[in-house]
Amino acid sequence: MNAVFYMASAVAILATLLAISRREAVHALLYLIVSLLAVALVFFALGAPLIAAMEVIVYAGAIVILFIFVVMMLNLGEVAREQENVWLSPGIWRVPGIMALLLTGLLVYALFQEDRWLPVDRVVDIKVVAASLFGPYVLMVELASILLLAGLVGAYYLVWRGPIRRPGRRD
Amino acid sequence: MWTEIGWPLVVVAGVLFVVLNLAAVLIWMERRLLALWQDRYGPNRVGIFGVLQPVADMVKIFFKEDWVPPFADKVTFVMAPAIIVVTVLLSFVVVPFAPGVIVTDINIGILFFLAMSSLGVYSLALAGWASNNKYSLIGGMRTTAQMLAYEVFMGLSMMGVVIQAGSFSLTEIVEAQRGLWYCIPQCVGLVVFFVAGLAETHRIPFDLPEAEGELVAGFHSEYSGMKFGMFFVGEYLGITLISSLTVAMFFGGWLGPWLPPVLWFAIKTLIVLCLFILIRASLPRFRYDQLIEIGWKYMLPLSLVNLLVTGGVVLLMR
Repeated sequence: MNAVFYMASAVAILATLLAISRREAVHALLYLIVSLLAVALVFFALGAPLIAAMEVIVYAGAIVILFIFVVMMLNLGEVAREQENVWLSPGIWRVPGIMALLLTGLLVYALFQEDRWLPVDRVVDIKVVAASLFGPYVLMVELASILLLAGLVGAYYLVWRGPIRRPGRRD
Repeated sequence: MWTEIGWPLVVVAGVLFVVLNLAAVLIWMERRLLALWQDRYGPNRVGIFGVLQPVADMVKIFFKEDWVPPFADKVTFVMAPAIIVVTVLLSFVVVPFAPGVIVTDINIGILFFLAMSSLGVYSLALAGWASNNKYSLIGGMRTTAQMLAYEVFMGLSMMGVVIQAGSFSLTEIVEAQRGLWYCIPQCVGLVVFFVAGLAETHRIPFDLPEAEGELVAGFHSEYSGMKFGMFFVGEYLGITLISSLTVAMFFGGWLGPWLPPVLWFAIKTLIVLCLFILIRASLPRFRYDQLIEIGWKYMLPLSLVNLLVTGGVVLLMR
């Protein structure tokens, strides 16, 4: 499983880099999907099959397909590609590059603090995940559901045409 | 040694052989059955009763020009038809055909199927986008909206079965049906799952992505030769997959008296497949707004209520 972990991680990093640097939006999203699938494999190798399945169903299967849906609807063409070219000038990488480097340093430092960071010999059962979600973490689940409800109500409001107006009546 | 490595390979080879050939036979069977119900003959020239018609079609389709339109996005265009076949074939990994006859019995079987079916959407969406043609694009967008909507309650309708069986593994779900098939306590789930299955495989009442009257051929307008053949085979593989899952989850899988388990599974799956074809022969196509309305306004609440009642009853019975 260690080999699977390292290979999947390498694919994830490579695909993410490609997702950032592609100029065609749909190609970038395709690399994002590859990256998410690789991350799912990483979860699987770490012994969390439920999270791996959720990663594929929710992120790769539902969220990115919505991105692609929007890109398809906007039908960006040559104009968008030129705009991306302007945005992706070499100078723009400086500040994010420094920030990412700092974070990587911190991550490597944190990883070396803990020497049992790869628990490959343990598989987390689905029932255990469910019991902890609806046991000690039930408040977080409820908060997340409230957040989703707010998003739902917001979306409903955006497409709401308002009360039906009858002629001759002011409101 | 033999059982550890050899047997799974035999199962993989067997499943691939049966499923891929069944897709070819289904094309002939569908045309013959449609003809029967419409009082005509259908293909009856090649071989006995026209059985060899798919072979003739296959030969023809392989010798067609493999044409990629110059305005298309080439890599995505070529990749799209492969995605649907790969995801559907991967889903067969978790289907239990008989005790022991399963490629791998992972404990997240149903979730794996849902993950694969949600990745299958990319095939049609990308095909529509890569063709760079407005009819294809509209077809691709319709597919995306339709499959996203129907995937939600397809998953929810399966959760009733999961609650009753207490497992995501399809083998354990079949074993849990020894006393009573789940088509009786989970009749609502069965109906919702079947409707969602029709929409996921975009079969006729829900075949708006390729509505030929308005969209030429929808997402596969620009495809020809074997690339089109892949979409076609993918559709029939999808129907087979939904049928075998319906059997495994609601009709007791391989359970049955006298006959060997594999045969029971095959017979039940064949009956559900014929139901798919009968529906195609008898129902007209929905309008697009009706399709989305059925999904979100009726099927989703229905599956949620089903889930709630199932959960409550299971808790009470404890």
